[in-house]
Amino acid sequence: MTLNGWIQILVFCGIVILLVKPLGAYMTRVFNGERTLLSPLFVPLERGLYRLAGTHEKEEQHWTSYAFSLLLFNLAGFFILYLVQRFQGALPFNPAGMTAVGPELSFNTAASFMTNTNWQNYGGESTMSYLVQMAGLTVQNFASAATGIAIAVALIRGFSRASGKSIGNFWVDMTRTTVYILLPACIILTLVYVYLGVPQTLGAYVTATTLEGAQQTIALGPVASQLAIKMLGTNGGGFFNANSAHPFENPDAISNLIQMVTIFALGAGLTNVFGRMVGNERQGWAIFATMGVLFVAGVVVTYWAEAAGNPLVHAMGIDGGNMEGKEVRFGIALSSLFAVITTAASCGAVNAMHGSFTALGGLIPLINMELGEVIVGGVGAGFYGILLFVVLAVFVAGLMVGRTPEYLGKKIEAKEVKMAVLAILCLPTAMLIFTAIAVILPTGVASIGNPGPHGFSEILYAYTSAAANNGSAFGGLTGNTPWYNITIGIAMLMGRFLVIIPALAIAGSLVTKKTVPASAGTFPTDGSLFVGLLCGVILIVGGLTFFPALALGPIVEHLAMISGQTF
Amino acid sequence: MSQSKSASLMDSRIIIPAVGSAFAKLDPRALARNPVMFVVAVVSTLTTILFLRDLVTGGEDLGFSLQLNVWLWFTVLFANFAEAVAEGRGKAQADSLRKTRTETQAKLLTGSDLKSYKMVPGTSLKVGDVVLVEAGDIIPSDGEVIEGVASVNEAAITGESAPVIRESGGDRSAVTGGTQVLSDWIRVRISAAAGSTFIDRMIALVEGAERQKTPNEIALNILLAGMTLIFVLAVATIPSFATYAGGAIPVIVLVALFVTLIPTTIGALLSAIGIAGMDRLVRFNVLAMSGRAVEAAGDIDTLLLDKTGTITLGNRQATELRPIAGVSERDLADAAQLASLADETPEGRSIVVLAKEKYGIRARDMAQLHASFVPFTAQSRMSGVDVEGSSIRKGAVDAVLSYVGGSASAHPESVREIQAIADGIAKAGGTPLAVARDGRLMGVVHLKDIVKGGIRERFAELRRMGIRTVMITGDNPMTAAAIAAEAGVDDFLAQATPENKLSLIREEQGKGKLVAMCGDGTNDAPALAQADVGVAMNTGTVAAREAGNMVDLDSDPTKLIEIVEIGKQLLMTRGALTTFSIANDIAKYFAIIPAMFLAFYPQLSTLNIMGLASPQSAILSAIIFNALVIVALIPLSLKGVKYRAVGAGALLSRNLLVYGLGGVMVPFIGIKAIDLAITALGLV
Repeated sequence: MTLNGWIQILVFCGIVILLVKPLGAYMTRVFNGERTLLSPLFVPLERGLYRLAGTHEKEEQHWTSYAFSLLLFNLAGFFILYLVQRFQGALPFNPAGMTAVGPELSFNTAASFMTNTNWQNYGGESTMSYLVQMAGLTVQNFASAATGIAIAVALIRGFSRASGKSIGNFWVDMTRTTVYILLPACIILTLVYVYLGVPQTLGAYVTATTLEGAQQTIALGPVASQLAIKMLGTNGGGFFNANSAHPFENPDAISNLIQMVTIFALGAGLTNVFGRMVGNERQGWAIFATMGVLFVAGVVVTYWAEAAGNPLVHAMGIDGGNMEGKEVRFGIALSSLFAVITTAASCGAVNAMHGSFTALGGLIPLINMELGEVIVGGVGAGFYGILLFVVLAVFVAGLMVGRTPEYLGKKIEAKEVKMAVLAILCLPTAMLIFTAIAVILPTGVASIGNPGPHGFSEILYAYTSAAANNGSAFGGLTGNTPWYNITIGIAMLMGRFLVIIPALAIAGSLVTKKTVPASAGTFPTDGSLFVGLLCGVILIVGGLTFFPALALGPIVEHLAMISGQTF
Repeated sequence: MSQSKSASLMDSRIIIPAVGSAFAKLDPRALARNPVMFVVAVVSTLTTILFLRDLVTGGEDLGFSLQLNVWLWFTVLFANFAEAVAEGRGKAQADSLRKTRTETQAKLLTGSDLKSYKMVPGTSLKVGDVVLVEAGDIIPSDGEVIEGVASVNEAAITGESAPVIRESGGDRSAVTGGTQVLSDWIRVRISAAAGSTFIDRMIALVEGAERQKTPNEIALNILLAGMTLIFVLAVATIPSFATYAGGAIPVIVLVALFVTLIPTTIGALLSAIGIAGMDRLVRFNVLAMSGRAVEAAGDIDTLLLDKTGTITLGNRQATELRPIAGVSERDLADAAQLASLADETPEGRSIVVLAKEKYGIRARDMAQLHASFVPFTAQSRMSGVDVEGSSIRKGAVDAVLSYVGGSASAHPESVREIQAIADGIAKAGGTPLAVARDGRLMGVVHLKDIVKGGIRERFAELRRMGIRTVMITGDNPMTAAAIAAEAGVDDFLAQATPENKLSLIREEQGKGKLVAMCGDGTNDAPALAQADVGVAMNTGTVAAREAGNMVDLDSDPTKLIEIVEIGKQLLMTRGALTTFSIANDIAKYFAIIPAMFLAFYPQLSTLNIMGLASPQSAILSAIIFNALVIVALIPLSLKGVKYRAVGAGALLSRNLLVYGLGGVMVPFIGIKAIDLAITALGLV
């Protein structure tokens, strides 16, 4: 570990903290339909869209119709994406002449981009035409990000509104998020990335002659525009197979910093939106602090493990940390930081290969995802995810102040607990059951790239990443097989919608309740005590489930490495 | 009811039958009420069958397997035992109640004139029948006195042997079946049929026979069931992971891991905590008609308290004598004492006491003085005495002024002076009582509401608990404000009527607050029904008792405060044991995971941070700890976690430290100790 490394980590944290308030203030205005700087520009567009959709900005929805609209919208997106892949050979903007994508892979990719996972069982530059990348994948990057944010806002309304019936209008929330937040930010980010050297072209791939006289095809495309939303919307699906490790997708330290900051920006800002909407910004900061504590702990462990490196390599006389699978232009500190950020949020973009990390260095990304990606998390998804843990934490510990549990004046009762438990239950179901089947199925085991515990981790990581809607991979595993395409696709759908529906149900139930005014007898949820409690509940309830699996994967691999054995 | 407040937690009269019923509760229908323990019973049955199979076919490690099976069943039995002990404590009380419900004969009045009666069995009475109850008779069923006055011994339900007066009309008309009329006679209209009387309901409540799960308990059960499911996933996937790693894990070991991980501690004790909470109220002589009411008590935000009897002593007392110019304090004291000698009202007696204590004037005998007493009448609004040719009167200021009438006009300045003093006393929350002798005004006695000792501190405590207190009084706002300030309540409702009481409750509830109040009269019934916790006084009317969701057998309104504490204690105990139970899991993982996988990944022995002797002793120690901790926590679940009025933040950090951090640490120590013990005993 170096001072330089720590300074870079601190600079990142500092920028994110500084962004929380201004982003929170702006987004709150957007979600409340108040006037913003961009209103003169976009209000006519917004109104026009509502008229087209047959709705009105003042129209409100009950949680069931909100959920129905959401499912309908996502279903449509899924089919469109599936079909453009299947027919890409016949569609325009295909200078490389890509042929139709197979049905299983198309299913997997459609599910992946609709659920904000961006798990990629394909190599972008060798599989997808420009049309699919732009009109298919990038559109879903926007749509899935906006969907996540809409749900978070709906859930926040459940807490902030008293004795109501409706939790907002899905179409309005989607439109506002896209028009006022995602699009303007992405336009600026795209220009910045282009300035930093990221390609943005519809031209064909370039062929170069290398020094040895060999011919090399250099893949190009509309990279910058996809990169902007890939980070801001925590989608993570790379234009190129190598993702943000590719020099065209992440040229230098500045582009790397911008990418890391934009992964966290909206998720962090939402904590402040929450605070503002419930009328006490400290409530938002408490949640942000909880995320911060867990995040920093993860960064410290990963950076330490990667910087310490492998004693077996040291024994061969090679000093230094673990540089395997890392880009020299980012080094150990920024690769470790990026890995923790991308798995804490449900981004899944990578600038280094997680499978090549040391066992403990790779353990943290796994745990981040197993906790349900609540450390900032996917845009919206991380926030409603952590609120589910808040419901449980408040329910158990809130009793210890001698009152029936409440959060922000809303009583947490059987219905909320039931829904929170359902949502939290679906993640280990998808992650563990699919892993358990895959590790004993010959077709499952055949795909792994390394024997022993490392191979186990590859499979566990794949399903964990899928169910958590992360999308990063542990390398090594050959995912493009019918078995993995289908099961990973199912895991992604489970991890997305089996959390969304209960979260909206909680919003619908809470919004009808009265708000009990706080008193000296009310459990304080805006202080360090609550932060500690929430961290404990997330680690124990979210983490303990995976202890046996982790013991058989990264933990035993680490212990074996110490005793001189690698896999 | 037997006042077995001192009944120890480990009374052998409760323990021995509880052991028996712990086995009886193995009935699947009984177990199914508790999802966590039901699951434990199911997996224990499975491992027992597997053990029996191995016994026949000659498997390995039979001794180890047998011990695990035994401890798995102990886990279930200990949970049943905890519930049985809690129920046993209630049963003891129910038995003593049941003795009062002996077969009685009732004098059923017949004919339209209600003059003649015939003897019928008490159980045959129907609602609306009218019975005659005379001195010595047991009242056959609950009812309302429609005629007559009688003293009634209600020791059967209150434990208080002093008789109480029951009379028709007013707020003391309710009688309870099973109580005994000591003198006079009453006609009673029966209001409850056999089997649904007050005593029947009490028996059902204390026995826990009709115990319904409360809303919070249901929610907690959902959480526990959900956690059980999560650990089903965590454990059921292990065999496949182990197969990948080239090993195999015996079913009994998987079951042991599963049972130690699921929240058995709170699952086992949850119903005992609920029963014990109701029981604590019963021991406190308060009957909660539902568990929901006890939970609501913990959530109370606003307490409505009647001034008289709760905040102040029932009666006003003379505290000061204020003579007008030209009259000495001693002369005024002498006159006031003479006027009050025969006055048996508490106010009158307090004047005599004041005269003696402050001015050394001894009580005199009316007969020796040849004095004749002039009693208080509604018309004169004065009382007094005629002695040795002079007449002394005391009473309401305006009454005395009009009594002195004409002679007062000769001394206008003394009238003004009296009025000034009286106004000052009224402003300070007191009641002025003017005294006149032979048509001459002498001064004013200051009667004061005496705020109960220590009540101010109680209200300060309530404030720290986050509860707002509102004093309800019929006094005028000025008097009410003065008493409210002295007692330290947060707010008051002066000139209270049943209507504005009800609207106050609705207003508070509209703000999302939960309100508790107590009342006894029929006109309190709507407010009692509206309040989230309505405590009816046992001395009150049938209507009030029906409207409230708790009945205080001692008719002591101060108890509201304790009721709130008991509600909080119940919720805290649940939360504390749930937290403890979940926090325990960390140590159990560290005990069992390395033991489980050691055969194929010896490196994992590093995780055996407790240094447990062998894989078998580690697994056995964890399951023994898991079972024993249930027994160890029975006393806590029955007594409840102590509530301290220190504010929610401080309370939470303390409880998190004790039950959260303690829950993480204790099993590490406990499992290690058990491991040492069973290794020394050679059990593995």
